[in-house]
Amino acid sequence: MKAATLPVQRPADARLLVVDAAGRIAHHARADLADVLIPGDLVVANDAATLPASLDGRDVATGAPIEVRLAGRRSIALDDVRVFSAVVFGAGDFRTRTEDRAPPPPLRPGDELALGPLTATIVGPLGHPRLVELSFAGSADAIRAGLARHGRPVQYAHVAEPLALWDVWTRIAAQPVAFEPPSAGFVLDWRLLDHLKRRGIGFATLTHAAGLSSTGDAALDARLPLAEPYLLPATTVDAIRSTQARGDRIVALGTTVVRALEHAAARPGGITAGAGLATNRLGRETRLAVVDALVSGTHEPGSSHHELLRAFVGGAALDRVDGALESGGYRTHEFGDSVLIERSNLKTATLASRLGNERTALPA
Amino acid sequence: MRPLRPYLRAIATISSNIMTHSNQASTPLRIAITGATSGLGMALAEAFAARGDAVAFVARDATRVRRVASAIAGSHGIVGDVARKTGIHAIALQISGALGGLDVLVNNASSLGPVPLALLADTECEDFELALATNLLGPFRLTKALLGSLAAAARAGDGAHRSLVVNVTSDAAVTPYPGWGAYGASKAALAQMSRIWHEELGRHGVAVIAVDPGDMDTPLHATAVPDGDPATLKRPRDAAREIVARIDRERQVRNAPSEPELLTSSKERAA
Repeated sequence: MKAATLPVQRPADARLLVVDAAGRIAHHARADLADVLIPGDLVVANDAATLPASLDGRDVATGAPIEVRLAGRRSIALDDVRVFSAVVFGAGDFRTRTEDRAPPPPLRPGDELALGPLTATIVGPLGHPRLVELSFAGSADAIRAGLARHGRPVQYAHVAEPLALWDVWTRIAAQPVAFEPPSAGFVLDWRLLDHLKRRGIGFATLTHAAGLSSTGDAALDARLPLAEPYLLPATTVDAIRSTQARGDRIVALGTTVVRALEHAAARPGGITAGAGLATNRLGRETRLAVVDALVSGTHEPGSSHHELLRAFVGGAALDRVDGALESGGYRTHEFGDSVLIERSNLKTATLASRLGNERTALPA
Repeated sequence: MRPLRPYLRAIATISSNIMTHSNQASTPLRIAITGATSGLGMALAEAFAARGDAVAFVARDATRVRRVASAIAGSHGIVGDVARKTGIHAIALQISGALGGLDVLVNNASSLGPVPLALLADTECEDFELALATNLLGPFRLTKALLGSLAAAARAGDGAHRSLVVNVTSDAAVTPYPGWGAYGASKAALAQMSRIWHEELGRHGVAVIAVDPGDMDTPLHATAVPDGDPATLKRPRDAAREIVARIDRERQVRNAPSEPELLTSSKERAA
């Protein structure tokens, strides 16, 4: 697949590849998503706004230029904006592929980083020379102001022009807690939300602090995704329960939504409202307890996002999906085309409901 | 009266904010106000903070922002210019980050356009553009950037309360006072934008209203009418009290969606 290189969230020609539970593949315009979904479905989206998490500056002791990419936090509590995990690069910026980026100077506990108006202290390494825990100085308001003023969206070399925050905030972006955009949500605009309502398709949100998708280092990438805090509102849990009770589908808009919902459902007592820290990994072994279908960007085989799809479909079906994306000329990465994948072992109740209503997963 | 409450809210987690935010009239609101280091904006910030609501405010001058933030216990002062497109998301990030969500946005920051006021035929294009940038495009952009937070608050709420955008307008939006061309035209557009947005966003739990506070004894009025008699003007504190009551009323879903106010009271305006 070729990379989408322009930061346009909803290109007029964006496409949607649909795979139903039986493994049948169909091609749609992505703007028709609301028509492809089924009345009774509940779409769950991640409403996190994206922080400008890339901060350039220097290591105070050596004067060496660095780029800090905030990568994780323990919670999305309101004033928990001091301590972050972060990936640190040496000189350069996003125009250099992450794989080719220079390492940072050796960073030891207590070392200070000057990042524009912000000052951060290295708390300690996190098992890799590029991954550290750091702590910002100042009040929560001052830290937010410093990030807002000095930070830039994390970006990668496949998009040449520097991103602004409006390029990476979805239409529903609310709490600024994500480190990279929950980009499956780029499909949303208010016209689509109106259309969902008209079609009797539910819409609910959770807030999940999506982390970095790539660090350029194989050993570090293997640890992704890092733990990600999330918050599940009570109204969203209520909507999920009533949708399940009807035998209708839970459609996750983005892999972060799958991770949060499945993590919450795996806790003792099942899915409940509140804060959580997602540490689960999704893949072949995952037994989905909540999510019936996923709307996601397209991803290259081998990436962790791609592995996650194995939670929904078997290897043979996934190979056919990859083939269809490749031969169909679908574009990949965050500003690319999308897939809607229904899990192959759809819950019996859902299938029964569908037959009872003479619905089809693939309207013409 | 309850100086600790805003502080306690500030250290509360976003989790408890969203999970327990039942949106009862007595529950603290999360409210953002632009142009709040003087006049009506500051009076609104004081009024909301005094009853324990969580307040973030925006103004251009860092020194004044610091001063007002320390005068209003628990409030979050944000330095920014709503007329600048490139700074809008930085402002929105700080508002929703500081409050953990947003129930009410008050677009109050205003520009007169030319100072002193000028006949339209004498108005420089740049001064007209400044009035439009501050009074129309600023509210448009900031509302758009915060719409995710406002709609999220409505979704997570009890269903009995709407989120609310309050656009501060003027009778100059309705009455063609000579000399008030740039200001009046920009506020007329703001009022119409409010009506259209109100129609479009109702189904997402967000109401948009335009409110005319009347002629007040504010720095903006003194700039426009240097020889006016302040004694004849409404005190910002009184206008703020009326607007607070209106906001509480408008947030109730059971109150029929109201048309944005169209006040026709005519007052003498200096040209």
